[in-house]
Amino acid sequence: MLKFIAKRIAMAVPTVLIVSILVFVMIRLIPGDPIVLMLGDSGNPDLVREMRAALGLDRSLPAQFIVWISHVLVGDLGTSVTTKEPVLNLILSHFPVTAQIVLMATFVAALIAIPAGLLAAWLQNRKTDTAIVSTTIVLVSIPSFWSGIILIWIFGVKLDWLPTYGFQSISDVGWSGMRYLILPVLAIAMSEVAVLTRMIRASAIDVLRLEYIAHARAKGLSERRVLLRHTLPNAFGPALTVIGLILGHLLSGAAVIETVFTLPGIGRLLVESIYARDYPVVQGCLLFIALMYVLVNLIVDLLYPLFDPRIKM
Amino acid sequence: MIHLKRTNARIAIVFIGLVLTLAVIGYFYTPYDPVDGDFMEKFQEPSLQHWFGTDNFGRDVLSRIMAGAGVSVAVSLGTVIFAMIAGTSIGVLAGYMGNWTDRIISVLLESLMAFPGLLLALGIMTVIGPSKGGVVLALGLAYTPSVARIARGTVYGLRQRDFVIASQAMGHSGLWTVFRHILPNCVAPLIIFSTSLFGSALLSESALSFLGLGVPPPAPTWGGMLADSRNSMDQAIWLALFPGAMISFSLLGINMLGDAVRDILDPRMQGVAK
Repeated sequence: MLKFIAKRIAMAVPTVLIVSILVFVMIRLIPGDPIVLMLGDSGNPDLVREMRAALGLDRSLPAQFIVWISHVLVGDLGTSVTTKEPVLNLILSHFPVTAQIVLMATFVAALIAIPAGLLAAWLQNRKTDTAIVSTTIVLVSIPSFWSGIILIWIFGVKLDWLPTYGFQSISDVGWSGMRYLILPVLAIAMSEVAVLTRMIRASAIDVLRLEYIAHARAKGLSERRVLLRHTLPNAFGPALTVIGLILGHLLSGAAVIETVFTLPGIGRLLVESIYARDYPVVQGCLLFIALMYVLVNLIVDLLYPLFDPRIKM
Repeated sequence: MIHLKRTNARIAIVFIGLVLTLAVIGYFYTPYDPVDGDFMEKFQEPSLQHWFGTDNFGRDVLSRIMAGAGVSVAVSLGTVIFAMIAGTSIGVLAGYMGNWTDRIISVLLESLMAFPGLLLALGIMTVIGPSKGGVVLALGLAYTPSVARIARGTVYGLRQRDFVIASQAMGHSGLWTVFRHILPNCVAPLIIFSTSLFGSALLSESALSFLGLGVPPPAPTWGGMLADSRNSMDQAIWLALFPGAMISFSLLGINMLGDAVRDILDPRMQGVAK
């Protein structure tokens, strides 16, 4: 068990290293002198030279990388050019908003997708199945930034039930903070339900073909028990991998949904820093989101044996 | 079921055909100027003169959607072609050479795939700045690893097949073997993948334009139109309805085609996530 965990973590190390190098190089590739960009053209040559030395930009690229990565390792991602705040603080204050929406949407999606996928697989090729599969194709084809706008229009503008923009943290204002989260969660969950339903259906169909299901039925078990006790646990493994992929997808898609609903999450932070050419923040966000994705996949891989004991630890 | 799938495939082809036709017509002709509007005509509801209404600058929404179709289709096609050529080259190289070449390329691909979805494209757009070519480059590079991975896997499986070994034994050069015997066998899986890739590219292009980091205005884009529509949601919801419906309509056609093709070729692979 420990060996499995250690091995899987060791496998992630080269990925993390290369991801860091890529993020570092990407920002260095931006045309123009970063100092001139920060100070504007008017900066006097002495100040430019001083700042260049202070930021270590007068050294070679590999040396700069070593300096940068050693700072990153102790949690120093630099300071924002616009707000002068430490990048790590900015990320940590924005990330909880994103995490809340993403986790809630995945939970809602799983809650709908598991019964729907199981039902579709059980009634494969019958009308209910066709209806469920057709619905998923339609849902996958609706981008969240469109459904989000339409949801705001219906529930915010026309019915006036929910706020059309902004955010108040649940930890500050209690459950009324949920009012800001319902629509974004709904908008993302719609397409995620579709992807997850299809995955659960596909893996449940595979499981339903197996002999132990025929055996369970022959034993005279109720269909309910066959589905819930014998099919679902075995079909859930592959779906777990998809949940990992979805979470990653949502982390990067956060930029879009947070723009629609003007939520102060990490995606919005990234996009606004790109507009403002606040490169330290851009760099920090890219690195943070990519590392979160690696982490989520790592956790999924580590959870996998819990659902499928056939996977050797 | 196969019969139903064939019907679905037909509907899908009709949908895609309509979008492509709209894009081609929009390139040569639009009822009104998609960029310069008439201020006297702003916020007109959908009517016989303006089927899809007009926006805050008095620009005809239908004309902008038609012109935007060309932009979306061109950018998505460019992205798919870029990713296919780059990804296949890298994947074939890794799969055919094996050993260290393969290992190094595979680790690099793994790491690139650690950037989920739009993230890599957002990073690349930061470097090159918003432009039409920039979007193709950013999305193309972002999708190259997944194409490369499929190509590598296919080639890896072919490497030990008799016809490949025979070709090598006959003294043919590696290049000849690759072009004559390996590539033709990679075409089918890559073509299937390119369908879903086209859908992802179209969605991502719209998302980037929506964020203001894609094709820059005044060029009309569906994503950009959606972004603008948010400012006048309470008085002109049609500005959000029509561009969004176009994106969904295109994606629906592409997704249905992808599903149908996959099911006809391999009934067991239904519903595998993108």
